[in-house]
Amino acid sequence: MAGLMAGFGHYTHAVVRGIPASLVKEALRTSASEADVDLDKARREHEAYVEVLRTRLGLEVLELPADESMPDCVFVEDAAVVCGDTALITRPGAESRRRETEAMKEALKGLDLNIVEMTEENATLDGGDVLFTGREFFVGLSKRTNQRGAEILADAFKDYAVSTVPVLEGLHLKSFCSMGGPGLIVIGSSEPAQKALKIMQQMSDHRYDKLTVPDDLAANCIYMNLPDKGHVLLHSTADEFPESVKVFEKLKDHMLIPVSNKEKVKVDGALTCCSVLINKKANI
Amino acid sequence: MRRALTLMGTSVLRTGQIVGVDSSGDFGGCETVGRALFFRGEPGERSRLEKFPINGSLEITTGSLVAMTTEAGSETEVKETAEESAAQPDQSEKEAEKAQEVANAEGEEKAKEQDKAKEVKEGKGISRYLPGWLKKQKSQGQTSPTKEVPPAEEAVSKETPDEAESAPEVNGHAEEVEEKEAAETVQVKERDAESHSNASADTEPAKEEKEEKSSEKSPEETKETKGEEGAEELKKEKEGEVEAKGEGGEGQTSIFTSPLRLARKTKMKLVVCHVTLLDGTDFTCEVEKRAKGQYLFFKVCEHLNLLEKDYFGLIYKDSHEQKCWLDPTKEIKRQIRSNNWQFAFNVKFYPPEPSLLTEDITRYLLCLQLREDVASGRLPCSFVTHALLGSYTLQAEFGDYEPDQPRPLDYISQLTFAPNQNKEMEEKILELHKSHRGLTPAQADTQFLENAKKLSMYGVDLHHAKDSEAVDIMLGVCANGLLVYKDRLRINRFAWPKILKISYKRNNFYIKIRPGETEQFESTVGFKLQNHRSAKKLWKVCVENHSFFRLNAPEPPTKARFLTLGSKFRYSGRTQAQTRMASSLIDRPAPNFERTSSKRISRSLDGAPVINITEAGRDMAENGRELHSDSKSPMRVHGDNIYVRHSNLMLEDHDKTQDEVLKHQASISQLKRSFMEAPPPSPPQPNQWEKRLTSSPATTLRIQQQQQQVTTEVEIEETVVIQEVSKATKSGFVTVTTSDPTAEQETRAEVEEEAAVVLVKEAKTAKQESVSSESESEEEAEYHPNVPVSISHTQIPEENEDEEEHEKNEVEAVEQDKTGPDAAPHPAEVNQPEAIARLEEECGKVDTEATEDEKVEPEPEGSTDDPKMLPDEATNGVSHKEEAVTSLAEEEEQPKMNGESSVLEAELRPQVICCSEPPVVKTEMVTISDTFAAQKTEIATKEVPIVHTETKTITYEAAQLDGTGDGEPGVLMTAQTITSESLCTTTTTHITKTLKGGLSETRIEKRIVITGDCDIDHDQALAQAIKEAKEQHPDMSVTRVVVHKETELAEEED
Repeated sequence: MAGLMAGFGHYTHAVVRGIPASLVKEALRTSASEADVDLDKARREHEAYVEVLRTRLGLEVLELPADESMPDCVFVEDAAVVCGDTALITRPGAESRRRETEAMKEALKGLDLNIVEMTEENATLDGGDVLFTGREFFVGLSKRTNQRGAEILADAFKDYAVSTVPVLEGLHLKSFCSMGGPGLIVIGSSEPAQKALKIMQQMSDHRYDKLTVPDDLAANCIYMNLPDKGHVLLHSTADEFPESVKVFEKLKDHMLIPVSNKEKVKVDGALTCCSVLINKKANI
Repeated sequence: MRRALTLMGTSVLRTGQIVGVDSSGDFGGCETVGRALFFRGEPGERSRLEKFPINGSLEITTGSLVAMTTEAGSETEVKETAEESAAQPDQSEKEAEKAQEVANAEGEEKAKEQDKAKEVKEGKGISRYLPGWLKKQKSQGQTSPTKEVPPAEEAVSKETPDEAESAPEVNGHAEEVEEKEAAETVQVKERDAESHSNASADTEPAKEEKEEKSSEKSPEETKETKGEEGAEELKKEKEGEVEAKGEGGEGQTSIFTSPLRLARKTKMKLVVCHVTLLDGTDFTCEVEKRAKGQYLFFKVCEHLNLLEKDYFGLIYKDSHEQKCWLDPTKEIKRQIRSNNWQFAFNVKFYPPEPSLLTEDITRYLLCLQLREDVASGRLPCSFVTHALLGSYTLQAEFGDYEPDQPRPLDYISQLTFAPNQNKEMEEKILELHKSHRGLTPAQADTQFLENAKKLSMYGVDLHHAKDSEAVDIMLGVCANGLLVYKDRLRINRFAWPKILKISYKRNNFYIKIRPGETEQFESTVGFKLQNHRSAKKLWKVCVENHSFFRLNAPEPPTKARFLTLGSKFRYSGRTQAQTRMASSLIDRPAPNFERTSSKRISRSLDGAPVINITEAGRDMAENGRELHSDSKSPMRVHGDNIYVRHSNLMLEDHDKTQDEVLKHQASISQLKRSFMEAPPPSPPQPNQWEKRLTSSPATTLRIQQQQQQVTTEVEIEETVVIQEVSKATKSGFVTVTTSDPTAEQETRAEVEEEAAVVLVKEAKTAKQESVSSESESEEEAEYHPNVPVSISHTQIPEENEDEEEHEKNEVEAVEQDKTGPDAAPHPAEVNQPEAIARLEEECGKVDTEATEDEKVEPEPEGSTDDPKMLPDEATNGVSHKEEAVTSLAEEEEQPKMNGESSVLEAELRPQVICCSEPPVVKTEMVTISDTFAAQKTEIATKEVPIVHTETKTITYEAAQLDGTGDGEPGVLMTAQTITSESLCTTTTTHITKTLKGGLSETRIEKRIVITGDCDIDHDQALAQAIKEAKEQHPDMSVTRVVVHKETELAEEED
């Protein structure tokens, strides 16, 4: 008798989107670095990523076609927040990305989710700023997400507490943290990250364990709890963040799956950014 | 037997309880350890049990309960004990007196005489172990105990014969009064005065008599003191009534007097109150115009058959249409300030874990509240959650989904599940309803609550405010602290441990925040409320929620330092910890109640007859709700549920401080007592629970004042105890006792709580150190004959620091000396047979303890041999036994529990003792010696006068109290717990007043216990504690410093 808030990390479906060629030149960047994105490599990475979801983890992957007019469209996470059987279609903070939500909305409708749309003019929210812990939401107030957007999210998911966390550095809240398991927050070791963690801890009625990794970017990983696999953690590769991976390897109960993200990270793409995970067997 | 007990270890307690359950049928072949514990003693016990009108099981339970009570007694129990004592006083005291032959005889002598015969039979039996109230029941049932009571109490109290009829209640009230009184020594003094002046003549004479007797025989004195206590209690009751009269002006119920009593007085003008219940029905009752809030509240709870009432409250609308909580301690009339006697019964404190509630009826009421909250939108939830909750509601109210039912949507749409209910939701509800097939109503309720409790706004009381920048925000008060919302977003959160002070000024509301790790200074955050009223209202809610969820025991209104400013308002009810403990002892069969569901359903009924049919079908065919409830009851009878819950409790209490646990136990014991008192089969009456309210801390103030007036000498002593308990490996204890230099006498009756705490700690730590309080209590002995039980406690584990030990020993020695004389009287009281029995029990306990601690070696046998064991020892032993038993039952895993329990007991006893005056209750009777005492320290020998006998049930409690508290009645003034990440600081302030002859002594003791992980720097913590103590009370001095280190225990604890 699954009840409210049961089954954190249970997913059956994933929505992903292809990488447009325009990503190389036109994708938004927060960093000043001009490192070129190798489109082929990026696409190979992404394919590998999708393959892990589909084949290795057995999710039903819904792959949306890339749209050249939307260079950042591969980062589907920002377009929607799905929790339970409710999907909030966001209003991304970057104007250029607003249209990304259309395809996402259609896809999620197809999955028979309750769709809530964020239409208010003065509300912005990127899914990358939304950290769902299983018991509550933390919403980073960042360059992309504002208070009003967080309020609408709170309205969409009334069961849960929604606390705001200022994101002073980095693009999104999840640029330096993510969930590594039920009640386990993976957090980067930078000062802003640690500060944000403190705020989250203070704001929460629940206690979280933390897993601190040396690299903020490595702190973005994907946790799932799958029926026949147990705890699964997709994290960055030792190639990219050797020290952080050593930390992940301490998670003995997790099935650890390193996933390369070398290219997308150049345009601020983290692991969680590239998919929207859905549990179609609603909790109830 | 002993060995068996020992081996049983933790399981023993449970066994005991279980035994109780089992034993309902036959006592004969109790092979269980528990039985052994309870019944080993003598055939006499059995006979008693048999005599009980109630089922054997009940009785047995009582026995276990008794143990519990004694243990728990400390805080809440104090009240209860008082109540019990009051109730029992006649019988128990009489019995005790008879046994002692020192008939304290107040008005009870007659009764005593009657009882004596009984006592003779029963005295040796279980009765000793049983709390006084039990005895009362028996005696009442058998004889007419009420008659006895009325003369002394009623005469004074104005109670009419009606009271006699409702003897239990009266007793209970009296007990309550006593408790309060005990707590408030001052009152006692006043009582004396009053009693003398007033109708208390009976009681006073009794005291005098007692005194005389005591002068004659020291041993008898102890008994006398007990008697005195009882007398005091009576007096207190009387006084309480008197006070109430004086205070209330007329016959209003003072805190001390039970509201019911007052009501009975026919003189008062009656007013009709309308109370809207959670199911939408209206409850009407008459109350005196001057009745206090709790009177009405009790009436409502009685009507609802609700025992776990502490989560609830009454709401009224003030002149500004604002909903306010009715303060139970104040007159209704003065609160409502209008002629609109209209109230609503609501959930006041939403239990974070509804599954820990003991009774289904409580959960049902909580469900009703939440359904209303959800339907009104006060508790926001998503579509799916609305549907899920709605489906559980359907299951609970209508049973399984009926496929044949025509047009189910018709009636569903007449029910309100959500503010924005629509067809889609109703369909979803129906769909989910189908999946709940087979759930009983109670199960459906449980599922409902399991989901509802996870909602983020569950139990959050919202208040409009503005921040410093005049931005509209909401302040949410909840179990965990204060939440700050802007619109729907949580923008800040202040957990209770982070909050140092809560205050309001005009329309500003402030919280002082503990500095963070990197911060050096405290900061204050201010919010603007709409007006002064709303600021005060918010402040009150904060105080109450903090007290309820965070404290072990409510903080007395008097000297609270934590939440001060402006108002003296304090939470007067029981804390969650207390109520949990109390409710864990509930062992009545699950009450039948109808889930006639609320207005909603009735509406639906009107609209669609179908529903009725459905319901009927359900009831008939598939256990209707009632049936369900019935079905449950058997389980409870068996006690399974209770024990399971127990374990749950324990788990839950993991992070709680020892103090809390103790308190829990105390409250539990109280509850048990109350239950015991109540007529067995009948549905629970408003009992000590309610009474507890009466014994609210507020009274202490009065008492103090009174004491001062009467008093010749006032001693103030402060004790600061800093404890460090490391879960991981080491735990350290630092106790600093400050005594007021001015106070020459150390009548320290350390407050029961403190003692309890200490004891607990000790127990946990391996029972290492005796509590300093114990020694203190000895001093009290002057007033109260009770012998210091401390000796047993005195055992200091190896871990204790030498210095500390020395100090303690010295103190104890002193105390012992003082107590010595007192002690003497006690011994006389104790009957040999009883002593033996007790000894046996003690031995058993000791064994268990020994096994646990390894330190204690049971010498009980020796003690048993010597009927003349020192009273202290005896008491100690008793307490230990009880503790062991309780601990076993309660804590299988935690040795600490045992210690705690013992502490509680000790505390309780002192309280009882406090009453010092008279007669009635023996509560304290010290019993036999403890092995501990002998083993532990020399002190024991000193103190120990030879005690023998004592038959009264109360004894257990008394013993501990005596030991620790020494018969001083202690009032727990303050108890606050402040928790930071690594440290938990508990501050307890006890005020003890003692009346001896014309002198009254008041001792104020403050104890600070700091518990923390191994990392704690003892020296620093100690220094800090001393410093703070001195700053707060420049006129007091630190008299004692105790440091406990626990290593093994700590691990075990974890």
